[in-house]
Amino acid sequence: MYFVTPRQLIFPGDAVATADSRVEGPVYLDNGKYRSLVVGLVEFRDDGVVIVPLEGVYKPKRGDLVVGYVTDVLATGWEVDVKSFMPAYLPVGEALHKHVDLETTPLTTFLNIGDVVVAKVKDVDLTDEYPIILTLKEERVGKVERGTVAEIAPVKVPRVIGKKGTMLNTLMELGCDIVVGQNGRVWARCKDPRDEVFLASLIKKIETESHVMGLTDRVKAEIENYKKTKQQAAV
Amino acid sequence: MKKSPVPLLQNGLRADGRAPDQMREVNMAVGVVSNADGSAVVSYGLTTAVAAVYGPREAHPRHLALPDRGIMRVRYHMAPFSTKDERKSPTPSRREIEISKVLREALEPAVVLEQYPRSRIDVFIEILQADGSTRVASLTAASLALADAGIYMRDLVIGVSVGLVDNTVVLDLNGLEDQYGEGDLPVGYMPNLKRFTLLQLDGAWTRDKFLEAIGLAVKGAEYVYQKARDALKNRYMSIAEEIYGR
Repeated sequence: MYFVTPRQLIFPGDAVATADSRVEGPVYLDNGKYRSLVVGLVEFRDDGVVIVPLEGVYKPKRGDLVVGYVTDVLATGWEVDVKSFMPAYLPVGEALHKHVDLETTPLTTFLNIGDVVVAKVKDVDLTDEYPIILTLKEERVGKVERGTVAEIAPVKVPRVIGKKGTMLNTLMELGCDIVVGQNGRVWARCKDPRDEVFLASLIKKIETESHVMGLTDRVKAEIENYKKTKQQAAV
Repeated sequence: MKKSPVPLLQNGLRADGRAPDQMREVNMAVGVVSNADGSAVVSYGLTTAVAAVYGPREAHPRHLALPDRGIMRVRYHMAPFSTKDERKSPTPSRREIEISKVLREALEPAVVLEQYPRSRIDVFIEILQADGSTRVASLTAASLALADAGIYMRDLVIGVSVGLVDNTVVLDLNGLEDQYGEGDLPVGYMPNLKRFTLLQLDGAWTRDKFLEAIGLAVKGAEYVYQKARDALKNRYMSIAEEIYGR
């Protein structure tokens, strides 16, 4: 049994459902009732209810795509800042496909402090010294050689992607490679580096104006405009 | 005990014209400190508390960090201009250090610190104006600020004070009643879970008066809780609308 209605605003401690229901997101079980842990929104999906938080730092989940900065080179891996409240760890074995002899090869030959990586979250275990384990052994991940990284609030990430990816598809019209990290970092690489600057400004716009209606259309218009002026400049 | 300059209770009304079971005007706003991850301002009558939350962030100094849960640091501080008569020294006094600890222990049952191992949550509370019940106003402000920061909480913690004035149980003490009243009972209450996180008491109370006071505190907390929900609603309604474009 559910105590909530679709699209309702929910506050910490509010009852969501009885214990036999399917509830996802930040909730806890108390006396046979699921209660919310955050200020959030209630979404009804086919297989149950999801609580979507409206505020907060990035909470890593297994399988998340993240954009991180290497902050330290350790004995058998790297420490990576993924904009969470705890550092992430990228072990050598998850970064390289071939075996390397750590006694003769310094790790800095592969990744050094300040490098940007697009990575997948392999596992989250809060009892570990490094609770977030990253991996580069997936599709579309790895060290970033070129491009721009734009930062936004992690809770605004769904806005940059849009409903069923509409906003992301709009941004793709610029012909750039875009990776939206779940941790609120967006990496983009365009043929023309000037496009990246424009794209970063668009992403900032999405973050600040995300509450104004018709955002996708306005972003679309701005892209058209930008393309047009660029063409004219070329002629 | 010194006698109050004005009668505290006359014809069933208090010095400021309230009924015994009446709160002062309660005002709240969420998201008032833009530098903080979460913030709130709460006023009970003239008493005004601002709370700002930073974190969760990496725990420094490192030796304080715990491997299985986060740590929370609370700083309660009164601004030098907050008091009525003499300027309060800005150095944290014995009383402020104690209240900081008391508030931390009142917030800890609500915050899911196990979700934030090796990290730290900082809560700064500043009293802008003091007129009694500052610790309970701080408690409400701090829990709103924590919710605004998106930190996992089992429930909001609402603070209210109850006191004994002329052997009558009164809700939400002001400065005068705090100074000259016979008893003081600050309470922290989680309205959804119906559990207490703070219970202090001074003065001489009979068992009956104590039970009456607890009942009144719960009533007061539920009233304040509705105000707290409204304050959060005000802040987040626009964000809710943006996601669904209502």
